[in-house]
Amino acid sequence: MTASSATVATPRAGLMARIVGTPSVGPLLVLLVFGTIFALTNPRFLASQNLSIILQQTVIIGTLAIGQTLIILTAGIDLAVGAIAVLGTIIAGKLVANGYDPVLSMAFAVLVCTAAGAAAGGLISGLKLPPFIVTLGILGILTAALRLISAGGAFPVRDAFLGWTGNSVKPFGFVVTYGVMIMLLLYAVVWYLLNETKWGRHVYAIGNNPEAARLVGIPVRRHLLSVYVLAGFLYGIGAWLALGRIPNADPNSLQTANLDSITAVVIGGTSLFGGRGGLVGTLIGALIVGVLRNGLTLAGIDPLWQDLVTGVLVIVAVALDQMSRRRR
Amino acid sequence: MSLAPAARDATRGEVVLEARNITKHYGHLVALDGVDFELRAGEILAVVGDNGAGKSTLIKALTGAVRPDSGEILLDGQPVHFKGPLDARQRGIETVYQDLAVAPALDIASNLFLGRERRRGGIMGTVFRRLDKPGMRAEAERSMAELKFRLPSINSPVETLSGGQRQGVAVARAAVFARKLVIMDEPTAALGVRETGQVLELIKTIRDRGLPVVLISHNMPNVFELADRIHIMRLGRRAGVVSPKTHSMADVVAIMTGAVEI
Amino acid sequence: MISNRSRMSPVSALKAGLKVTIFGLALSGAAMQAASAEEVIVGLVTKTEVNPFFVKMRQAAEEQAKAKNVKLIARAGKFDGDNEGQVAAIEDLISAGAKGILVTPNNSSGMLGIIKKARDAGVLVIALDTATDPADAVDATFATDNFQAGVQQGAYARKAMGDMKAVVAMLDGTPGGTVDTFRHDGYLKGFGIAEGDPSIAGSAITNGAQDKGQVGMENLLSKNGDINAVYTINEPAAAGAFAALKSFGKEDAVMLTSIDGGCAGVRDVKDGKIAATVMQFPYKMAAMGVDAVAEYAASGKKPSGFVDTGSYLITDKPVDGIESKDTAWGLENCWGD
Repeated sequence: MTASSATVATPRAGLMARIVGTPSVGPLLVLLVFGTIFALTNPRFLASQNLSIILQQTVIIGTLAIGQTLIILTAGIDLAVGAIAVLGTIIAGKLVANGYDPVLSMAFAVLVCTAAGAAAGGLISGLKLPPFIVTLGILGILTAALRLISAGGAFPVRDAFLGWTGNSVKPFGFVVTYGVMIMLLLYAVVWYLLNETKWGRHVYAIGNNPEAARLVGIPVRRHLLSVYVLAGFLYGIGAWLALGRIPNADPNSLQTANLDSITAVVIGGTSLFGGRGGLVGTLIGALIVGVLRNGLTLAGIDPLWQDLVTGVLVIVAVALDQMSRRRR
Repeated sequence: MSLAPAARDATRGEVVLEARNITKHYGHLVALDGVDFELRAGEILAVVGDNGAGKSTLIKALTGAVRPDSGEILLDGQPVHFKGPLDARQRGIETVYQDLAVAPALDIASNLFLGRERRRGGIMGTVFRRLDKPGMRAEAERSMAELKFRLPSINSPVETLSGGQRQGVAVARAAVFARKLVIMDEPTAALGVRETGQVLELIKTIRDRGLPVVLISHNMPNVFELADRIHIMRLGRRAGVVSPKTHSMADVVAIMTGAVEI
Repeated sequence: MISNRSRMSPVSALKAGLKVTIFGLALSGAAMQAASAEEVIVGLVTKTEVNPFFVKMRQAAEEQAKAKNVKLIARAGKFDGDNEGQVAAIEDLISAGAKGILVTPNNSSGMLGIIKKARDAGVLVIALDTATDPADAVDATFATDNFQAGVQQGAYARKAMGDMKAVVAMLDGTPGGTVDTFRHDGYLKGFGIAEGDPSIAGSAITNGAQDKGQVGMENLLSKNGDINAVYTINEPAAAGAFAALKSFGKEDAVMLTSIDGGCAGVRDVKDGKIAATVMQFPYKMAAMGVDAVAEYAASGKKPSGFVDTGSYLITDKPVDGIESKDTAWGLENCWGD
């Protein structure tokens, strides 16, 4: 090999390594492969109306998964995500039903969700309790509280503002609900926070090596608290988006949102051990789940296969993460 | 950020950090029993001692991690009372730990500036709080070049580096941000021979650029290779300060174990 | 050929690949359109995949679809209350071009928006097992008259107890659920008492699950040892209640009745654990639903209104004046085996 060919090869190898090393490339490939397969089996899959539906179906879990990503990046986990969002829908719905101003009611509901996040964060960062246990406890508390507040029953929410996120615009015949736009906006904003600000850098550092973060002077506990508070706020917005999807406050709904959001995060390539991954992967992860479910239905295949394939993807994602960690 | 010119005259340099008659008790256990300490400008001062001799408690007292029961600490001749490690850092004292205090998934520049990130100028920085990534990268490259520490790419994650290079990042971080002195607590204990060599070179460069270094180590050959003076701890006190030019390793070990007193 | 391809530039390779993909897309598209022009798709969206009631429904729908030469695509929520899952299922089925959708709505009001969307798109929507609120949100409802089933249960219990002074325990399912309310109210009507009657010792939430039925019954017995009549939302809850009664030594002193007609429940009636149960017919609902969609596809004729798929009281201890079938008949017609 001549010297000149070596110098040419180096930057290219670096570029390849960067592409392969970028965590969201794998999930993106999976998404494209499934998309291509489904498009080949049924042309209806690529119909703009169908693609729009997949996006809409991603709104709730996709939004909740933003908060879940933040928490998992700190090496935590949130099992109460669905319960907190349902709390938001019930509070907003109840207040409006009792004649309160819808905007204030929704704002108050978001505030309560934020407070629930703060409570979890406070226990985890202040008392150093494990996130799994704290959020499991909050899940139990909220499940009971929800039944008490709503007297067990679901009730319709007919207010126009609470259901506003279900409205849509139709540029070039492609239906985009306000809910989809808000979700994508939240992804953009939180992506910026994670990647372009000190706050985000410190989220990664804490998840990566909390001791090192403490030693360089990052206020680890306060920072953890801020992550849970932001996650709680995002769950509150998620509650609003959920009311736009289904104008109904149901204490029994979103029971699997915790596992579904974790699934999206993990398939998206974020490590459950914290400090690695990102939001782009999570959005792709949430879309993969939606595409699988929709595509299998359109192909006339039993959608139970979706659960099966999703399960395989989760294990593959975790195995890849484990392998890359072990190599280092 | 830029390093002061060298002041190599170790024996006659000004005292930068001084401790007088420090005591520290943990219940009935006496960790420090009236220890004195002085670090002079431009020197590498090694601190050695047997396990339990009070080395690490002394270092913790000097970096604010532990508050002494009595005695005083002077920085540049002024009495100081550190409330915690952050307090000491703000006064210009940086510490490097044995256990590679880096975030492995973050790149070198991010690790170098971890906890001290810089924002862009103008509205992007003040309103949008945007990090100045290119600026920090350039600065990191420059510092590494100044310290003559060779690394693959400033953008590669720290976990792709060897153990010596990783510790080099931690040492460089301390050197870049320390205004008064750097304390290194067993910086090579987790490293192999070749990797240790890289880090020792780095420590020398730091000293040569004018920053005094306190080096805590068990490794006598390393201590004798680097140190200008050796502070020997025994039973919570300073048993003596010797020069590697006048004393042998055997002498130092003898003082450490109490076989010889000076 | 191989050496030729290996010399191909990446760009032209990409272009060629793209052409193949587009060609494939067009080809399969044409094939699919040809196929979908003939094929009638029937969607079935049940509450969950785990309840044998819905499993039976699905099996019956599959059999009937085969018989009628239509294609069945079945979907389900992940858990009781998974409105989002059911809404997504209906959306996907509309996208898939379903001619009709049979749905057992989790929550009678949660589905209204998407059901309207489906009907606006020309899809026939039939509610199975559970009516929507309002009932005319769907084209038709094929279901057990749950209020009537409750009345049957209550009336039997009252009659079978003779002149005994009743102390009633109510083992409800999920409070606020439509079916739950109908059965609960029906039982009280059949029993001849009103909500809040002093003879009602208390109620417990079972979610229709055996373990919660047992715990609920235990707690109610601790609260009031005189309980001698127990309403249950379904047979698993009744099985749980029986276990609790037995541990209190009261299994013979209490009139335990239920609703559903699952084979396990009918066997419990046969074994004397449950005095009587009211059988409903999920396979009838599903088969009738598939028939209706096939008919709609062929002639454009839509069914309408509430169609009662019937319910029978199953007991081996019949009482005068109340129509019932014995467990032998019950075991022939039950579901869930």
